[in-house]
Amino acid sequence: MSVRVEGLTKIYGEQKAIDKLSFQVEKGQILGFLGPNGAGKSTTMKILTGYLPPTEGSVEIGGFDVQANPKEIRRLIGYLPENNPLYGDLYIKEYLHFVAGFYPIKNSSARVSEVIDLIGLTPEKHKKIGALSKGYKQRVGLAQAIIHDPQVLILDEPTTGLDPNQLVEIRSLIKALGKEKTLIFSTHIMQEVTALCDRVLIIKDGKMQANDTLQNLQSTFQGEWVTTVTFQGPFTLEHFKKIKDVQRIRQIHPDVIQVITAPGIDVRPLIFKQAVKDDNIIIGMQQDRRSVEEIFQKLTGSDIQ
Amino acid sequence: MWVIYKKELTTFFNNLTGYLVLGVFLTVMGLFLFVFPETSLLESNFASLEPFFEMAPSLFLFLVPAITMRLLAEERQLGTLALLLTKPIDEMGLVIGKFLAAVSLLFLALVPTLFYYITLYFLGSPVGNLDTGAIMGSYLGLLLLGSAFASIGMLASSLTESQIVAFVLAVTGCFLFFYGFYFLSGLPVFFGKWDALVQQFGMDYHYHALSKGAPDTRDLIYFLSVIAIFLLITRFVLQYRIRS
Repeated sequence: MSVRVEGLTKIYGEQKAIDKLSFQVEKGQILGFLGPNGAGKSTTMKILTGYLPPTEGSVEIGGFDVQANPKEIRRLIGYLPENNPLYGDLYIKEYLHFVAGFYPIKNSSARVSEVIDLIGLTPEKHKKIGALSKGYKQRVGLAQAIIHDPQVLILDEPTTGLDPNQLVEIRSLIKALGKEKTLIFSTHIMQEVTALCDRVLIIKDGKMQANDTLQNLQSTFQGEWVTTVTFQGPFTLEHFKKIKDVQRIRQIHPDVIQVITAPGIDVRPLIFKQAVKDDNIIIGMQQDRRSVEEIFQKLTGSDIQ
Repeated sequence: MWVIYKKELTTFFNNLTGYLVLGVFLTVMGLFLFVFPETSLLESNFASLEPFFEMAPSLFLFLVPAITMRLLAEERQLGTLALLLTKPIDEMGLVIGKFLAAVSLLFLALVPTLFYYITLYFLGSPVGNLDTGAIMGSYLGLLLLGSAFASIGMLASSLTESQIVAFVLAVTGCFLFFYGFYFLSGLPVFFGKWDALVQQFGMDYHYHALSKGAPDTRDLIYFLSVIAIFLLITRFVLQYRIRS
């Protein structure tokens, strides 16, 4: 089921929260919505769910206009709002039964147990929501969003405030969900985008800065490829500078150099041959494209006004 | 709508609000009607439930806002309103579900007071010497009054994230609608000419009319309109104030 957004604009008073956003996501795709805090990510997501009306533009989910068909849209989507609001005084099962009650689910008890299993809430399933750790609360938030097996999932910052282990678990959960659904999630953590997304949408001050696949973004914005080489023992820097296609070399540590080339040029074999020739020992070599962090900073940072 | 209704009703009895409301209402009523001599039914020479129906509105004035203050203010404060309103339910369903839950709680509070009626029925001389019609009318009036208070409470609760503010607003609103028009009618501008008309805007006027035992459709229509108007404004608030 596809999500199409056309010329979406939202104005609060005098302030343009989002400005003419257009994008499209298809089934089986994960769209990462990346932007600094206050860029308009949550506003956009609230409009996608129909909770907020747009000032201009339209959202179409599975052929339904969000504003014209609120009932259909609400059945189709699963939404995890910003800050994951929950009722702390309800038990997990009680809460999920409550949420399931909104949808025409045939056997809601079975579905609740199934989702509890799927999301990995089983060890905590008899607790009150208020007594759960942040990671488990986040899982409850995800559980309520998928209880009716929606075609489209909209997750607003699903991983904020999680510790590294929880982060890995929730990410793999999102990745698994994204295989069968149309999934849109927002984050301000760039690694998350690299880990999860097929497409990236970067916004800043409500304006679209980029809307592309991760690979395309990287190849558009990378001015250069960087090969980091770690030596054991002495080496002759000058010999490496003479390798064909090497633009320049940075020495970032007595034993570590970064060899910079134009994009698409792999100099690793040549570096290796040169090292062998000089009888230097290479203990590590890694080639990187420009990272998403750098692209993100370039697109949203103040240095690119 | 019934999803919301069911949840609110369970919540009342999960976090003790329900028991507290029932307990306070019945204790206070019981004290006044059976213990304190000045208002005691037993000391009175007439088999009449009038003292009960005279006092109940004043208690409702505080109890109903205490029931309703949480209903929407808490959803706003927790942020769960965004959650609910992206489920397949519209604002009106949400408002009505919660409103009906509050009214059901009031209904539950009134059921045990039938005990007073039974007591009086047997205390009467001869047994059963009681104006049952007036009492049924008064019960209807009390339930409608409580529901109207609940609709004012819903609006108050939708206006703020703070339950305390919602409570104070609701008490003020209920007070004004119950007694306010009566006092207003005493102003020199209205007195003598328009005072009867102004009084008819007040809830006390219609409440007392109903307790005479001959339900007039005008009184019913009055209460139902007040409830409808406040619930509609509440829906309006949810739709426009919070979302834009």
